[in-house]
Amino acid sequence: MLELADAAVSFSSPGGPAVRAVDGVSLVVPAGSFVVVIGTNGSGKSTLLGAIAGTVPLDGGTMRLAGHDITRWREHERARLVGRVYQDPRAGTAGSLTVLENIAVAACRGRSAGLRWATGRELREHAARRLAAIVPGLEQRLDQPIGSLSGGQRQIVTLVMATWQRPELLLLDEHTAALDPAAADRVIQATARIIREQGLTSLMVTHSLAQAAALGDRLLLIHRGRIALDAEGAAKRRLTADDLADRFDALRRADQLDDSAARTLAEAYV
Amino acid sequence: MITLLATWTFGLALALVALGVFVSYRLFSFPDITTDGSFTLGAVVTAVALTAGIDPVLATLAAPLAGAAAGCATAMLHAFLGVERLLAGILVTTALASVNLVILGRSNVPLSSTTTLLDGAEATLGPALERAGLSTAVAGEAAMLAFVAALVAAAIVALWVFFRTQLGTAMRAGGDTPTMARALGRDTGSMTVAGLAIANALTASSGSMVAQYQGFADVQMGIGMVVWGMASVFLGATLVGPVQLGGAILATAAGSVTFRLLVAAALRAGLDPDWLKAATAVVVLAALVAPRFLSRRGHARAG
Repeated sequence: MLELADAAVSFSSPGGPAVRAVDGVSLVVPAGSFVVVIGTNGSGKSTLLGAIAGTVPLDGGTMRLAGHDITRWREHERARLVGRVYQDPRAGTAGSLTVLENIAVAACRGRSAGLRWATGRELREHAARRLAAIVPGLEQRLDQPIGSLSGGQRQIVTLVMATWQRPELLLLDEHTAALDPAAADRVIQATARIIREQGLTSLMVTHSLAQAAALGDRLLLIHRGRIALDAEGAAKRRLTADDLADRFDALRRADQLDDSAARTLAEAYV
Repeated sequence: MITLLATWTFGLALALVALGVFVSYRLFSFPDITTDGSFTLGAVVTAVALTAGIDPVLATLAAPLAGAAAGCATAMLHAFLGVERLLAGILVTTALASVNLVILGRSNVPLSSTTTLLDGAEATLGPALERAGLSTAVAGEAAMLAFVAALVAAAIVALWVFFRTQLGTAMRAGGDTPTMARALGRDTGSMTVAGLAIANALTASSGSMVAQYQGFADVQMGIGMVVWGMASVFLGATLVGPVQLGGAILATAAGSVTFRLLVAAALRAGLDPDWLKAATAVVVLAALVAPRFLSRRGHARAG
């Protein structure tokens, strides 16, 4: 279970006021739920994910995961409990290492890496089984540099790596945004399958309203650093991509009204 | 004959620098200026220990320990205090210039009156080689070459094995893609510290061997060593093309020997030794710039 209480992150822009990227978000994600997160550009959804992963420090509030208070844990310490897949496949894998060597590093997540041989026979067989189950043929490429795989294949290996040891929380940060539609589709299918099979607690940020409508059992719409919509159960299932597009339009119109109101005020008083 | 053997011995002794630079620059993308200071540090530590009458094995082993400490210092400046990579190396190397001078006591110390590890190798292996038909002078030179070659071979095997263990693989991953290593629970800061400790231990060992081979330690002897190491790494990579870890490590050592042979040939052809370091810098510059230049031409042809 993931619990955020009044979590806040602000960025100071040089010469300007501090921007509250995450503005006092409180959220409870029960174990086993698959939450899809959407939001406009700059809404704070990626910052929220970064704050959970530990790449962005919290300015206020607390965070608990699987019974631990992780508020002060550093990024690599949180990685003991958290699996992550980035938008860019190159950020989540080491391109000069082979597929199997990448997996070997993932196999050591959460424990200290020792002086044992990294790519033993047991790991090789295990890796071949797990990759073949998701993308038949990928198990033939264990000894090739992971940089030689296509973006979609590389992202699927990253997904396998992030979930090699079952994480308490899986964070997916627009992990199909850099892929062509066919590859994105394959990665999404693999994602849904791995989450279902392992019963993972997951948070997936996406730009695709179709993905947001089709996947997950709960949907969060983030706007200006706050949760603007939180739908789960039957309410989530009823939401279509068109509904979500309408919500976005409504938020954009409200923003424009806010901006024009601010301009009017500025003209009147300054 | 003796000159050729000496060139090989020198090239192999310097291969340890090349292996160090391979670890820092290739595996950790860290252009580590500390190399210049830790090469001298290794020479100085061994020289002082030998003149103090300490056993040559211990005097030689002190060099990598001192080098590792220097590498740790640079990596910690970068990883924990946020000092830029190049600047961290420059700061530590500048400080080492004083440290080396203080340890050595003066700018140059001869080792002719001491028994070095290479003297030991000469005394042990030399007679056997003489019996095999070599002249005394050639046998002595060959014995030293054999010893240095064995040392480099041991370093190559040790590096290859270490960087294929769980810890070594995680370190390579952290050097290659820090975001990936952190997401998988590895502390990339401490990994950089360990990586630079290994790199500078190798470099200091090289300084120690070179001092024992040429029979003196000098506080200036490390100048330009990082560029020498890079030249060897680039030359090795050019010789073998894209290969995996083991091949790349071997190629680096081969690059060092090849580069030394090229230098010897250039000197024989009339290159003024004063221009040696400038020539090395030009070779490294060419290796850095050539790929970009070649790919631009390739684009032009494609377009």
